[in-house]
Amino acid sequence: MSFISYLLNGISLGSVYAIIALGYTMVYGIAKMLNFAHGDVIMIGSYVAYMAINNMGLPIPVSILLSVIVCTLLGMMMEKIAYKPLRQASKLAVLITAIGASYFLQNIALLIFGANTKSFSSVVNMEPIQLAGGQLIISGETIATVVACIVIMACLMTFMKYSKAGHAMLAVSEDSGAAQLMGINVNATISLTFAIGSALAAVAGVLLCSAYPALTPYTGAMPGIKAFVAAVFGGIGSIPGAFIGGILLGVIEILSRAYISSQLSDAIVFSVLIIVLVVKPTGLLGKQIQEKV
Amino acid sequence: MAMLEIKDLEVYYGMIQAIKGISFEVNEGEVIALIGANGAGKTTTLHTISGLITPKHGTVTFEGKEITKAPAHKIVSLGMAHVPEGRRVFASLSVLQNLKLGAYIKNNKDEIEETLQMIYQRFPRLEERKNQPAGTLSGGEQQMLAMGRALMSKPRIILMDEPSMGLSPIFVNEIFDIIKSVSASGTTVLLVEQNAKKALSIADRGYVLETGRIVLEGEAQKLLDDESVKKAYLGE
Repeated sequence: MSFISYLLNGISLGSVYAIIALGYTMVYGIAKMLNFAHGDVIMIGSYVAYMAINNMGLPIPVSILLSVIVCTLLGMMMEKIAYKPLRQASKLAVLITAIGASYFLQNIALLIFGANTKSFSSVVNMEPIQLAGGQLIISGETIATVVACIVIMACLMTFMKYSKAGHAMLAVSEDSGAAQLMGINVNATISLTFAIGSALAAVAGVLLCSAYPALTPYTGAMPGIKAFVAAVFGGIGSIPGAFIGGILLGVIEILSRAYISSQLSDAIVFSVLIIVLVVKPTGLLGKQIQEKV
Repeated sequence: MAMLEIKDLEVYYGMIQAIKGISFEVNEGEVIALIGANGAGKTTTLHTISGLITPKHGTVTFEGKEITKAPAHKIVSLGMAHVPEGRRVFASLSVLQNLKLGAYIKNNKDEIEETLQMIYQRFPRLEERKNQPAGTLSGGEQQMLAMGRALMSKPRIILMDEPSMGLSPIFVNEIFDIIKSVSASGTTVLLVEQNAKKALSIADRGYVLETGRIVLEGEAQKLLDDESVKKAYLGE
C-alpha cells in the first residue's frame, strides 16, 4: 500500500514538473532558447497568490487568476526587455541573460517579500479520499494537481492542433524565416509562447506551494531546474515529452527518496538524466535533428 | 509604373557589402530572371525585397507603396509571396498543413478551400500525399509544395529562389513548366536561377548580377544571344 501511496505522490510532484516543463519546452521549441528564469516566475506567481489570499483577503479562485495574470505579463515583459533585443545575438549571450533574469527575479522577491519563509496555505479545499479501508489516503492536493496537469495538457494539445496561433507556433518552431514568409508575425508568436508558459508557471507555483508550503525567493529555483531536466528527459521541444518526462522525474524522485535515500534523491534524478542523454541524446520523444542537404 | 521597383539598393552583412547599389524593376505580368554566379547577391536581393533583410540604403516599392522597412510578415499580405532557396518546407508537418500555413493571412475558409483545390489541380501529387510529412517528399515534390504553399496566399507577384536547384532533369523541366503556367495565370514572377539558360528561356527580361552589381540587363532573348553571357553563364 505504501508503494502506491509513494507512486501517487510521485505522479503528483511529477505533474507539477510537467506543467513547468511545458513552459520550458515550448519556449525552447519556438524561441530556441532556454529560459532559466522560468522557475523564478513560479516563485513570483506563488507570492502573488500568497499576498492575494493572506494580505488582500481575496477568494482563492480570484487569487489564482491574479497570479496567472501577473505571471503572464511578467513573462511577456521579460521576453520583450531581456530576450527580444538579443534575437540576433549568440546563444551564449541569451543563456547568460536568462541566468541574469533568474537572479534578478529572485532578488526582487527578496527585496519586496523578504527572506523569511512564508507558509503558503493550500488552495485546495478537498477532503482526502480514503481507499482500502483507510490504508491508502489520497490528498486533495494530489488529485487537484494531477487533474490540472491532464486538463492543461489536453488544452495545449488541442490548441496546437486546431488553432491558427498553434499552427503559427509549429511553423515558427520549424523554421522561423519560412514562417515569416507565410505572413506569421514571429515576434508576436514568441511573445504568446512566453505568455502561455508563464501562465502555466503560475498554476504550477500555486499547486507546488499547496503541496510543499514553504515559500521563499528561492522556491522556484530547484523545481525549475528539475522541470528543465524533465523537459530534456522527455525530449526538449516536445509537448508530450515534457508531460512524460515530468511524471517520470517526479516518480523517480519520490521513489528514490522513499526506498534508497532522501539525501541522494536529487543525485539520482540527475544521474537518470545523464543516462538518458548518453543512451538517447534527443530525449525520450525528441525529434531527430535533421541535417540540411 | 512598374509593379515592383528596386532603387539603389545597398545591403550589408556586418561590414561586408553584399549588394552594391542595384536598381531594377518588374512590370505586371512579366517573368523576370535574375541570374548570376554563386555569391553574386541574388538571394540577398530577394530576401531584401520580401523583408527578411533591411537594406542600408535604397528603396523597394511594390505597387506604389514603399516596403523597404516593412517586416516580412506584413509584405505577404500585400500580395507578394516568396519561395525560398532550399524550399524550406515545414518538414515535420503534413503537406496539407504546409499548404494551409501558406494561406495563413487568409481568413475566409471557403476561399482557402477553393485555392487549395486549385493547387491540387496544378499539383496532383500534392493531393496524393497530403497527409504525409513534408520531409518525406522527394526534392522535386518539396519544390512543388513550396510553390503551392506560396500560391496559397494568392500573390500578385511571386519571388522564386533557385527552384531547380538539386533536382533531376525531369523535375527541372516540370518546375519550369509550372513557372510558365503560374505566369500564364496572371501572376508576375521574379525568378532567381543559376540555371541561366532555362531561366532566360522562359523569361521576358533578365538582369545579370555579379558581386553585388547589375552588369547586364535586357530582353531575355538578347541575353541568351549575348557573347559574354554565353561564355560566363550558359557554358557555351
